[in-house]
Amino acid sequence: MAAPTFSRERFEVYRFAVPVAVGVPLAALLLQSFLPLHLPVVAIFDLPLLVTIYFGVGRRNPISGLLTGCVIGLIQDSLTHQPIGLYGIAKTVVGYGASSLGVKIDVDNPGSRLLMTFGFYLLHQLIYFAVARGLAGEPLYWRWGHQALAGVANALLGLVLYKLLDRLRQGT
Amino acid sequence: MENIISRHRNLTVLAVVLFAQILGLAVQVKQGTDRGTSRLIRIWAVSAITPFAKGVVHSSAWFADTWHNYVYLRTVRVQNEKLRDEIGRMRLEQVRLAQDASQARRLQTLLGFKEQFISQTMAAQVISTTGSEFSRGVYIDKGSRDGIKPDMPVITSDGIVGKVLRVYPTSSLVLEINDPSSGAGVILEKSRLQGILKGSPSGGTFVANIMADESIERGERILSSGGDRVYPKGLPVGTVARISPAGTFLNVEVKPAAQLNRLEEVLVITKIVEKSPEVTDQNGPVRATDILAQRLPSVPPPKPTAPAATPQAGKPAVATPPAKPNGEPAAKPVPPPETGEQTAVEKKKPVATAAEKNASKSVPDAAKPENPAKDTPR
Repeated sequence: MAAPTFSRERFEVYRFAVPVAVGVPLAALLLQSFLPLHLPVVAIFDLPLLVTIYFGVGRRNPISGLLTGCVIGLIQDSLTHQPIGLYGIAKTVVGYGASSLGVKIDVDNPGSRLLMTFGFYLLHQLIYFAVARGLAGEPLYWRWGHQALAGVANALLGLVLYKLLDRLRQGT
Repeated sequence: MENIISRHRNLTVLAVVLFAQILGLAVQVKQGTDRGTSRLIRIWAVSAITPFAKGVVHSSAWFADTWHNYVYLRTVRVQNEKLRDEIGRMRLEQVRLAQDASQARRLQTLLGFKEQFISQTMAAQVISTTGSEFSRGVYIDKGSRDGIKPDMPVITSDGIVGKVLRVYPTSSLVLEINDPSSGAGVILEKSRLQGILKGSPSGGTFVANIMADESIERGERILSSGGDRVYPKGLPVGTVARISPAGTFLNVEVKPAAQLNRLEEVLVITKIVEKSPEVTDQNGPVRATDILAQRLPSVPPPKPTAPAATPQAGKPAVATPPAKPNGEPAAKPVPPPETGEQTAVEKKKPVATAAEKNASKSVPDAAKPENPAKDTPR
């Protein structure tokens, strides 16, 4: 039996106004650095990652997705004391993966969004750990329980966030 | 070749972007410090984010201040009374501590120790975090324009927080003590064991390099040792939370004294002066027990000729100080005390002179310096 083929034309490609494309990632970075001051538990979320996934999936253009991830990741790196590039590399791959996935499957329904976000969160963390330990020599260790819990939390937050961001997109 | 690249355009761009970042990362790791482009990117990013964070923090602080200082004053009166009581208790405690501190200073002078004094601090507001689970740090609203420099220690009233790592024009990044890359020289208050406080990847703190055969108690206080040349000696760091053996060393988990996950305002130590301790109180210290001993009627010395002071009803007692154990004659009789703590202050000078004589006598000859001028308390 032949596998079903999916074409890019089957799914709608979304565009975002410049203020949204610039403002939303900046707001995510600002909230990510500001909220843990008052709610330490919020540090488990990675808002810039969720925004990267959302824009990648919505635009369905791998180059645009990887560049969005790269820029967001590099800015996130700049705010930490670690070498620049750790988040950059991880989010570049996630941005590319999300937009490539968006071309092939429908990622507008909540179930696939939940699974997709969980999977990309784990991928992001794996790449970050690999690069941080292997290249930068950062003293980190992998905790499956923590990462799985954080993945679920991010996936759940992603559902809410994507619903809000859906209002800002423009169909083509 | 061109055909392959254009056919796999997306993958090619991905490979180029990743390669560029890996190259940049390798250069940074090799150099070890921020230079050139990476420094510039950080300045741009921090300059873009921190003004918003500052605005939000300052406006929310203004609303909170207005609420707490002008509207919500329900328990202020009760708090006031409690604080007054506490001040009274602390004054008594202060007398005892002043005595101990003065004695310690005299001994340190004799031994030629040098102390680090915090001579200047700057209050700063915490405006944001690094936003990463793997980087434990906070941004404060003071930067190079305010005189902040790298490696300045940052503290709260509870204990040490960390040190300034990067300085930007209007903000600075503070590396907290629970970051895996941080380290601070510490000493355990009771056992006097020295070690290095380090952060763990999960955000905890522990003291490294303590041998397994050492005895440490849970709850023991940990202070900064001053050995790292960053934090002044004697600042509270935390308490021992858990001890577990880990091979030849102990795994000593520490509960930080400062609430690192709820920081609002911090103090940056901008100037530390290192100098030999000085004994400033020329008349010497006064022990609370000495004052009480002089005020209260006491058992007369075992000389048959010595008059015993007996308080009479309705009249204040004229206290005779107790005889000194080394047979020294007792000090002059002290007139009857008036009420309150003012009396204690007024009586300080004559009593202290006698105490000072005793203190200087108690110093063993071997510990006395060669230069007799130094032995004279200033």
